[in-house]
Order: sequence, then C-alpha cells, then structure tokens
Amino acid sequence: MTLRFEPVSETHCIVYLGEAIDPSLAESIAALAKALRAALPSALVEVVPSYTSLLLEFHPLRISRKQLERAVLEQYALLQSSQASGQTQQHTLTLPVYYHSEVGPDLDDLAASAGLAKEQVVEIHSQQIYTVCAIGFAPGFAFLASVDERIAAPRRATPRLKLPAGSVGIAERQTAVYPQQSPGGWQIIGNCPQLLFDPKHSPMSPFEVGMQVRFEPLSREQFIELGGQICLDWK
Amino acid sequence: MSGLEVVKPGVLSLLQDRGRYGVALQGLSSGGAMDLHAYGWVNRLLSNHSNAAVVELTMGNASFRATCDVKLALCGAEMAAKVEGVAQPNWQSFILRQGQLLELGYARTGLRAYLAVEGGFQVAKTLGSVATVTRNRLGGLRDGQPLQAGDRLPVAKQLLANFHSEVPKAFQGRYPEQLNLSLIESYQAPLFSESAKQAFYQGEYQVKPESDRMGIRLSGPVVSGLHAGLISEGIAQGAVQIPPDGQPIVLMNDRQTLGGYPKLGCVARLSLNALAQARPGTRIRFVPAELDEQSEKWRNFLRFFEC
Repeated sequence: MTLRFEPVSETHCIVYLGEAIDPSLAESIAALAKALRAALPSALVEVVPSYTSLLLEFHPLRISRKQLERAVLEQYALLQSSQASGQTQQHTLTLPVYYHSEVGPDLDDLAASAGLAKEQVVEIHSQQIYTVCAIGFAPGFAFLASVDERIAAPRRATPRLKLPAGSVGIAERQTAVYPQQSPGGWQIIGNCPQLLFDPKHSPMSPFEVGMQVRFEPLSREQFIELGGQICLDWK
Repeated sequence: MSGLEVVKPGVLSLLQDRGRYGVALQGLSSGGAMDLHAYGWVNRLLSNHSNAAVVELTMGNASFRATCDVKLALCGAEMAAKVEGVAQPNWQSFILRQGQLLELGYARTGLRAYLAVEGGFQVAKTLGSVATVTRNRLGGLRDGQPLQAGDRLPVAKQLLANFHSEVPKAFQGRYPEQLNLSLIESYQAPLFSESAKQAFYQGEYQVKPESDRMGIRLSGPVVSGLHAGLISEGIAQGAVQIPPDGQPIVLMNDRQTLGGYPKLGCVARLSLNALAQARPGTRIRFVPAELDEQSEKWRNFLRFFEC
C-alpha cells in the first residue's frame, strides 16, 4: 500500500492510505494517528482519521510542511515493520442492545424488505464484529463497518427530526449508535442503554478509530435495568 | 466575583478564545473566534494572553454593565458603542466604571465585534477551552449556550491604572461590501473540469443570510461536474465544499469534522478573517493563490500575535 501526502492549506495536510472503504485500513490509520500524536505532541494540533485518510492540522511555527511529511513517512515505515512482526493487539468493545420495534421502529420494515425474520436480523447484526472506521457527524458518533449484506439498508428518504440517545441504526453497510439525541436518517433497529458520550468524563467516549465493536442482545428487563428508556413519540 | 453583567445579549453573544483542540477525533468542532484579526488586536490592546476569553458579538444590539471598574477594548464590526450615552470608538481600550452601561447598536459595517477585558474573562474551560460551540453543547458559561441577560462575566483583576492604547489606523479592520478571497487549491481540485473552475473564478457570489459559524453559504454561478459522493474525510478550516447544487459553502470554526462532498481547496487563513466579517449580501470573488506565499503570510500573522 502506498501513502499519499498532500497539502490542503497553510495549516493542514492530508494523508491518503487507500482508495476504498476497508475496515482493515482503519487500524493502520488509527495507528498512524496515534504514533504521530506521540511523536509531535506540540507541533500537531489536530488529527482527523477517516475511512481512507488522515487529516493533520499543524502549528506552522513549530513544524514545516516538509518536516511533517518526513515525520509521516518515518512513522508509517515504523508501523509497517511492527505490523509485519505482528505486534498489534485487539480490544473488542461489547455494547448491549435491546432490539425491538418499541425502541427500533424500522426493525419490522427492514426485516420484511430483507426477507428475514426479525430474530434473524438481530442475530446477523449481533454476530458480526465491526471496526470503528471514523468518528464524526456528531460528538462520539462512530461509523462501524461492515454490516452483513443481507441486512444492509438505505437511509430513510426523510430523516427523523429526533432520535433518542442510544438509537442503533443501519445505513447501507454501516451501523452506529447515536450517542446523543439528534436528528437522523439511519434505519433504527434497537437501543443501547450505555452512555456513549460525556464531555465531563475522561475518555469522553469509549470509541477509538480502529477499535473492534460487537453488539450483545438484551431482554426488555435487562434494558430497563441498565437505565434504558422506551421512547413513545417517534417523529 | 465581579466584572461585567450581561444586560442584553443581543442577536448572538458567545464566549470565545482561539478554540478547542485535540478533540476533532471525537467528532467535536474547534469553535473559537471567527475573525482572528479583530480577536488578536482586542487582546493585544489589553496585553492579554493570545488565547484569552472574549465575547464575540454577532450583529450586535447588546449591552453590558460593569459591577466593578474594568478596562475593556472593542475591535471588529462597527456597532456604534456608547458608554453612558457617549460614543466609544472601536479599536481602542477604555474604562467602564462600576455601574456604567456599555451599549452596542446593530452592526453598521462588518458582522462580528470582539469585547475583551484586561486579563480576559475568568471562565472555567471545558476540554481546554472556553469556546462556545452551540451544536456540540460545549463551552461558554453552560453547555454551549449563548450568553443570556443576567449572566455574569468575572474579571481577573481590579483596574490598576489607565494606560490608553489604540490600534494604528492602518491595521484597523475595514469591511467592504465586495471581497476578493485567496483560494488555495487542494483536496479534489484536480477532479473539477476547467470550465467548472472558470465559472468559479470568473463568477461573483453573494453571502447568503443562512450563513453561520458552521459555514458561509454562497449563491452565484453553479460549479458543476463533480456530483459523486466521496468517501468522508477530514474537513480543514476554510474548505470550499461544492454540494450537488453547485453553490459553494466555506466551512468555518463550528464545521462538522468529516464530510463527503467534493472540495475545491481552502480559503487562505487571512481571507477567512475578512470573510468572518462579511454580512449577508456581501459580494465575493475568488482568486487563485500560492500555498507557499499564503503560508508565509500566515506565519507572519501568528508571529505578530504571538500565537
């Protein structure tokens, strides 16, 4: 895989590591982001990893674009040699989800259009291991790939104005949990009662790009016990 | 603690500093003062730290009362400031005595004014910054909310002595109704056709009223030819995004961190300061700029304001 380093503005550069969405790319991008932050703690003011790229904001009085490019190439080479020797370790985050139409109003329709029983949709969704490919859209909103093709579903034609915090959605081959109440167009199939974004907490969110995530089905009783709430006014 | 009391917050008054950094990978916006030129000067006038907390007033129509003697400065948009009914010019320091009222009208030229106090407003930081980002519910006095009537803005120290200071005329901001913005081509620029770029550079755009701290929306000649969604990627300050309707949006401080629309490049940082003061209806033209030249100018700006 070749790396492409491009200037973006006086203060930003972008590094491309691939051309297509691929969960394994997320791990390399996350590792590069982490290594660069450690290597350039004051010169690098912001890193924004995404599916195939890493946007870097640098302080132009502390590092030049050329120096930054050299650091990126250096760190990337180091990572490739450590990955080749198999030093990466994986941590999987397990998130509890209550899958039911009372917290997932699109579950029935999604199952019907996939030609599956609801139970099968739940099974397929909760058996997959996902990779956090990007965090964005809203604070702590983690894009997880890849959803099994059998339950992939398009975004809703009209986004909902208000989704409760914890809503678990599917959009094409991605899935995500809405960490805070927000508008949203993804197809909602359940709810995760765990708090997933809190700016007063460190870390603010359990997600990191490159991390693995799986979902564990909950009963209604367990959901309520964990503080889950049933939303009654879907709009 | 005493300081300034918000009597009338006006259209939109937000506590800001240079912004919140190291948080974009959690999907948070940096926020921060939109016009770093006026922000830089207002702090320099008071010998403040280059990241001090100030109030950013958009459109104006606000008033504040001093609850102790304070030294203030006001830079940026012209809002016909008055102290107890007497005109108080922008771009200089002044004293507001205990009990006195500072009133600002609606902006006459420019859009955003910066009100600073000696030592900076003493407000608790959230994740390293006081910057108010309403859409992230972060910063300011409480959870990203704009200032409200009755809010108190504490100051660091009581007034010691009045050394008057003023920004030299040549450096005071002027906010014309027609702006040329320097554009650094980058991102997907090579994928746009020559005719699309020609339409963009030859056309005149207008700032739309629905512009905000997230993005300055423009209307004018359609920039066509690249409507396929991209894989989402990080969005830099000033990125010029071209959505399917071909009407450019310049992404500013409160922008989303990731996006999948094609981008022609970035408006140069110095031009962004000017754009932050552009009122709805301001006419905009884009001029291609050299990255190295703009980078040198921006480094000089940062050196001058000791950022």
